[in-house]
Amino acid sequence: MSGHNESILREPLITGDNITYAKITDDILMPVENKPNKAWWIGFIVASLGALLWVVAVSYTFWNGIGSWGLNKTVGWAWDITGFVWWVGIGHAGTLISAVLLLFRQNWRNSINRSAEAMTIFAVICAATYVVSHMGRPWLAYWVLPLPNQFGSLWVNFNSPLVWDMFAISTYFSVSLLFWYTGLLPDIATIRDRAVGTRRKIYSIFSFGWSGSVKTWQRFEAVSLILAGISTPLVLSVHTIVSMDFATSVIPGWHTTIFPPYFVAGAIFSGFAMVLTLLLVARKVLGLENYITMFHIESMNKIIILTGSIVGVAYLTEFFIAWYSGSEYESYAFVNRSTGPYWWSYWMMMTCNVISPQLLWFKKIRLSIKATWILSIVVNVGMWFERFVIIVTSLHRDYIPSSWAMFYPTWVDISVFVGSIGLFFTLFLLFLRVLPSIAIAEVKIILKSASEQAKKKIIEEGSEKPEYINEYIESLEKFDSVKQEDYAKI
Amino acid sequence: MSDIKYILGSFGDPDEMMHGIEKLQENNISIYDVYTPMPIHGIEAKLGIKRSRIDIAAFCFGITGTCCAFALIYFCAVIDWRVNIGGKPSFALPDFVPIMFELTVLFCAFGMVLTYYASTHLFPGRAPRVMDLRATDDRFVIAIDAKDNAEHTVIDGLLKGAGALEVKYNERKYVSYE
Repeated sequence: MSGHNESILREPLITGDNITYAKITDDILMPVENKPNKAWWIGFIVASLGALLWVVAVSYTFWNGIGSWGLNKTVGWAWDITGFVWWVGIGHAGTLISAVLLLFRQNWRNSINRSAEAMTIFAVICAATYVVSHMGRPWLAYWVLPLPNQFGSLWVNFNSPLVWDMFAISTYFSVSLLFWYTGLLPDIATIRDRAVGTRRKIYSIFSFGWSGSVKTWQRFEAVSLILAGISTPLVLSVHTIVSMDFATSVIPGWHTTIFPPYFVAGAIFSGFAMVLTLLLVARKVLGLENYITMFHIESMNKIIILTGSIVGVAYLTEFFIAWYSGSEYESYAFVNRSTGPYWWSYWMMMTCNVISPQLLWFKKIRLSIKATWILSIVVNVGMWFERFVIIVTSLHRDYIPSSWAMFYPTWVDISVFVGSIGLFFTLFLLFLRVLPSIAIAEVKIILKSASEQAKKKIIEEGSEKPEYINEYIESLEKFDSVKQEDYAKI
Repeated sequence: MSDIKYILGSFGDPDEMMHGIEKLQENNISIYDVYTPMPIHGIEAKLGIKRSRIDIAAFCFGITGTCCAFALIYFCAVIDWRVNIGGKPSFALPDFVPIMFELTVLFCAFGMVLTYYASTHLFPGRAPRVMDLRATDDRFVIAIDAKDNAEHTVIDGLLKGAGALEVKYNERKYVSYE
């Protein structure tokens, strides 16, 4: 209930004095209702040049076929699937924040879920383009669907994880989009009711006629909760199935039962890193320090330590099992990974994913915006290498030594990857301009219970124990948006 | 008789608005609807709105998805065209599970959300029926049908007594059509 007080022992989720409902709307809609600043334009121009490169490289691939990539007879899967798994993994954090944290009633999700979900959708778009282009003949992409097959008598093979993957990714994308858009309706209505002229007309169409009546809200909450309930197993299933693309094959290094949990942890790990990469910049540029606080950043860093450690344990387990299984081929695959010609990518992965995230155990690093931002990029570099290591090192030395080969990317490989990053940022920057980057209605819910000003009021009422108050004030030290001198007199 | 159609009590605070609802109900004044910029927990009990049955719909859609997926795969892989893969059985139920799960989620999500849109009349391009433009921003608005509740001065007093910042008398039901 809006009027309930929350214990002062919990850190505030909204900081700042005199935050009113109107101020929340104004602050969050600032980038939507005003002309973009220079920083946005520079970012947008750079990103759209990247997107242009992507268009060129993907068109080139479509025109010339995947022979334009650096694949060879031995390494038949490389940067394309690496990029695909990398992007799908990044998408996972958005659903985790919006669904899993909703089920666990973690209110800090309220100010980061919107942009994280947007990130999910854009990341899955990037991933999907890889799937389509690696088919070789993208105009026949519909062949993955179970259509009555007039080209032969066969249906798709329902025993194949690639077919499961098609169902998983398309369900994941469309359900995420639905979840995101339904959550956006009240906020689009807020923009609509403040706008005039053509803007109002446009936002009116997209607001679906939202009115904010009691029944609409009541059902809205029921729908959100159920969507969260079904999205939670969905997000776990998606990366499980992605991992089965590898795990159900009989390639040493791929054929392991640890893959599903290991992939899911890795996905959440890289997704949170990407959320941090985006939000640390967005909060500064858009002036959202009061809503995306140091508490949010620290919480995400803690999730990164946890999932990074799970990934680390998975790497070690894989190695141990390769030796313990007694399988010559499995052992060789792992020895080759760490000491063979691709040793540098293996140790790059180990350093970026297992060693450097452990720095976040130090409070100072966890609370430093610069260090966090650099680490978040390091994690994503590491996660890209993880997929590269899994895919290329398992393939490049197969059972016949005479067919052993190396993989060298062509300019098309590199351009598709770099371009997909450009596409992702272009979409994200456009999102920041036209839609609220924070869920306005959801932040308003916690204003009266979990904000700094509400807690200050409780302290001023004087019924709290002094040790609690001291603990609370100490916990505020990490916030860069709280003025400590306000608490000096208390 | 005046042209006033609806009386709107516009509150700046959700708790004061809840107090206003109590006050109106004590005086047997019926409330048409309440418009808020965020969900208010506990309001549906106060206004006597029944629990949403959308969860039942969601379950039905979900189970339909499971059945459809099973039927499709069974028809393709077992009835219509069996493929001999190393002599293994065509009816490989564990392999059917991933797609059955995905279609359960897909049907459930789309079925439920479309039901929600239909039941609350949300669709692209629908003209917004807004009584107070600030109800999506920073005001919590109680709407009272002025024709059904004739004692306007009493209502005005009750709303202001409960903390309403503003009481409006709208001659049009929806201001957003202009």
